[in-house]
Amino acid sequence: MDYTPHTPDDIAAMLKAIGVSRLDDLFQDIPETYRLSGLPDLPPVLSEQEAWRHVLDLSAQNTFPAMTLMGAGAYHHYIPAVVGHMIGRSEFYTAYTPYQAEISQGILQAIYEYQTMIARLTGLPVANASMYDGASAMAEGAVLAGKTTNRDRILISRTVHPEYRRVVATYCAANSYTLTEIPYDAAGRVDTEELMTAVDDRTAAVCVQSPNFFGIIEDFRAIEPVAHSTGALLIAGFTDATSLGLLKPAGAWGADIVCGEGQSFGNPMNYGGPYLGIFAATDKFLRKIPGRLSGMTVDLDGNRGFVLTLQAREQHIRREKATSNICTNEALCALAASVYLVSLGKNLRNLAELNVYKALYLKEKLAALPGWEAPFTSPGYNEFVLTCPDPGRVNAAWQDAGIVGGYVLSKDYPELPKGLLLCGTEMLSKNDIDRAAAIAAAVR
Amino acid sequence: MDLIFEKSRPGRRASEIPAGDVSPVALSEVIGEAFLREDIDLPEVSELDLVRHYTALSRRNFGVDLGFYPLGSCTMKYNPKITEESAKLPGFTGLHPYAPEAFSQGNLALMDELRRMLCELFGMADFTLQPSAGAQGELTGIMICRKYFETKGEKRSRILIPDAAHGTNPASGALCGFETVTIPSSTEGGVDLTALESAMTEEVAGLMLTNPNTLGLFEKNIADVARIVHERGGLLYCDGANANAFLGHTRPGDIGFDLIQLNLHKTFSTPHGGGGPGSGPVGVGAKLVPFLPVPRIVKIENRYTLAENFPDTIGRVKAFYGNFNVMVKAYTYLRLLGAAGLKRTSDMAVLNANYIKARLAPYFDLPYDRTCMHECVFSGNRQVKSHGVHTLDIAKRLVDYGFHPPTIYFPLIVPEAIMIEPTETESKETLDAFCDVMIAIANEVEENPERVKGAPYTTPVRRLDDVLAARKPNVCWTGK
Repeated sequence: MDYTPHTPDDIAAMLKAIGVSRLDDLFQDIPETYRLSGLPDLPPVLSEQEAWRHVLDLSAQNTFPAMTLMGAGAYHHYIPAVVGHMIGRSEFYTAYTPYQAEISQGILQAIYEYQTMIARLTGLPVANASMYDGASAMAEGAVLAGKTTNRDRILISRTVHPEYRRVVATYCAANSYTLTEIPYDAAGRVDTEELMTAVDDRTAAVCVQSPNFFGIIEDFRAIEPVAHSTGALLIAGFTDATSLGLLKPAGAWGADIVCGEGQSFGNPMNYGGPYLGIFAATDKFLRKIPGRLSGMTVDLDGNRGFVLTLQAREQHIRREKATSNICTNEALCALAASVYLVSLGKNLRNLAELNVYKALYLKEKLAALPGWEAPFTSPGYNEFVLTCPDPGRVNAAWQDAGIVGGYVLSKDYPELPKGLLLCGTEMLSKNDIDRAAAIAAAVR
Repeated sequence: MDLIFEKSRPGRRASEIPAGDVSPVALSEVIGEAFLREDIDLPEVSELDLVRHYTALSRRNFGVDLGFYPLGSCTMKYNPKITEESAKLPGFTGLHPYAPEAFSQGNLALMDELRRMLCELFGMADFTLQPSAGAQGELTGIMICRKYFETKGEKRSRILIPDAAHGTNPASGALCGFETVTIPSSTEGGVDLTALESAMTEEVAGLMLTNPNTLGLFEKNIADVARIVHERGGLLYCDGANANAFLGHTRPGDIGFDLIQLNLHKTFSTPHGGGGPGSGPVGVGAKLVPFLPVPRIVKIENRYTLAENFPDTIGRVKAFYGNFNVMVKAYTYLRLLGAAGLKRTSDMAVLNANYIKARLAPYFDLPYDRTCMHECVFSGNRQVKSHGVHTLDIAKRLVDYGFHPPTIYFPLIVPEAIMIEPTETESKETLDAFCDVMIAIANEVEENPERVKGAPYTTPVRRLDDVLAARKPNVCWTGK
């Protein structure tokens, strides 16, 4: 089924109006040598019913998890039913980027409200309409820092998500920036002594994450003065946005750019995407921030309205001088985040508290098992590190029970060969946790 | 319309958090008072307030389901509903990206099959599905070019981009540290071969060519273009944003393109969501495969696995594996259409564009009067000269008749450009209705130009003040 409405009569009439006799005449600019003689070799066409059955079968080849103990950048949170219903309105999801403001007031106002909520949550005055994901948001933050400070060195804490560090590395390599990793201390936080030694007058930015990859809350009181001591920018990331409901945001601690992953706000885990990159900054970046911005203005009659604004930053106007090449962002995911935040409202705090309680209970149950220990004692949010005799075997036991287990830390942190990163969200019941602990206890 | 913040009333709630079955703890002790935030300044509304708010917003928005959306270069075709349903299957949405591979075999099979289909359709050796959107695909492609020359020990600092290219092309080049050099278009609307010959030195990494280009024209001299670029050791990059024009007719890999980025949200009908999510797979020829981002899907004895160990890779451009949910939609679409359906897609897309071109040619200037591919580009010059009515005015007037305007003022090489891409899913009746309105507006320009200049009249807001928005930016509600 190809969804084209043309009848043979339509085609004949249209060809006649154009003044050609055959459809192939319209493709004459494709050199003869390169025209395909037959059709590409694709799998057989399916009717809608067959296609439905086929994708259903494919999805059933996955294992639907009994529970998820993994965080590490993607989080299992409850999504209120209202979110799907609102973003499922096709006036939103079948629209393009709002280039024609008068017939796009819906998405433009929604983006403006999103920007406002993100600004309030991050503690910074300017937030954009979204980036691709938390990793690329941090990478674009690093590039923005390089370009604004005219410096070519980026420092990044080893407590930043390993994949975020790799994406930042990819973007740095493309810009010939040096990227240096800063170790963590015994508390599992950025080693500020090492940071002090590393930061210099070539340093464009210091990138940290809080709660960090170990789930630990970084102490910005120690980091901020060091980062700013030589004029570098402080870029603070996060991976579970619900933490913003509980913790004092990095913007309030003096970060210049706050960026992170917004998936937790109303977007399913979706095997890694689409998510949304949250990006907020201080006022001085208003005219340099990457991505779309919706701005309030007035119409001819003086009524309030919204437009995409400060487009002189963007690629379609500035081309090679643009601050970023981003065009399509994650508007529908940002809309989901907006609906989620409106739905939760001040309950975001209660949800975040519940996450802490669940994580603490999970940690307590597992840490009580023989041979299990918590290597870091610093306060955290909903994730934590434990060491255990054999992380691989524990995960395998959980896997046998249909459970997505913890993140094995040894591949990114060889110094933590027995480390497992675990996450407790509101989706885990006490019974789930007791069961997971019992399975772990049975591993010999 | 009020902002959601203006509808907020202290104490209202649209949600309830479960009471919890584990003991609460004193957070000031466990976390420390200094680390806790004082207040959350989010709206307080009921669920009905929320639903009415977003429903009202949706009614102030225009999508393909409401009407004709001929936004050039954006391929705003109809999005079959079954693809939405398939992407919502809990078996797809509920999986953590780091779930054990034994749990994600269905996902990996789908991604691998999508990759294979794209290879076959475009004649490339391999594809990565990781980039989040077309522009990130471009960036990935250019990073691959950069790494290719680094590995060969060649220093190439420049990249060539025709003046008809998308703005993302030069921005992607610059973001990757290349100096971008603009290649002018010929009078026929293709690449100026003489200019290409002289610019294509051994310091040039390659040419980023949108094909068909933003004039809607297929590069007729593509064989010469490819020869010139390749003779000097350069790479030929295809911006495949306009791939809807040639599916089943030709394959970029056969033509000599070394890389191509696609936009699944255009060509393969995954809806654009009002500005994303998209998905921008990148296809490469055999010699560039080692540089693709990791992880890559590998099949070992009927089991799919994600492999990281490719020493020449550019690394990662995104956490995890790409916009998986968008891939599910594109995959479903490809299975529904099959090879014959895809070829018919391009046939009808090109037929529709040429039909509009033929019908409107008497009324609007046509700077490049050739058979076009998926889109046609007019100029509003005649209307500017005769009555001072600009393309922007014509676009706004179209809105009053229930149509989304075409892309305007792009490509930059056409003054007062009107870029119309009807796509294949629109019927002759719709095209005729659109053309009738365009002709009526052309007549109105003659008879009552002021009426056109004041449009639109039927929208929730009248024409908006962009200058004010930029001069006194208000991008965050402060309650004033």
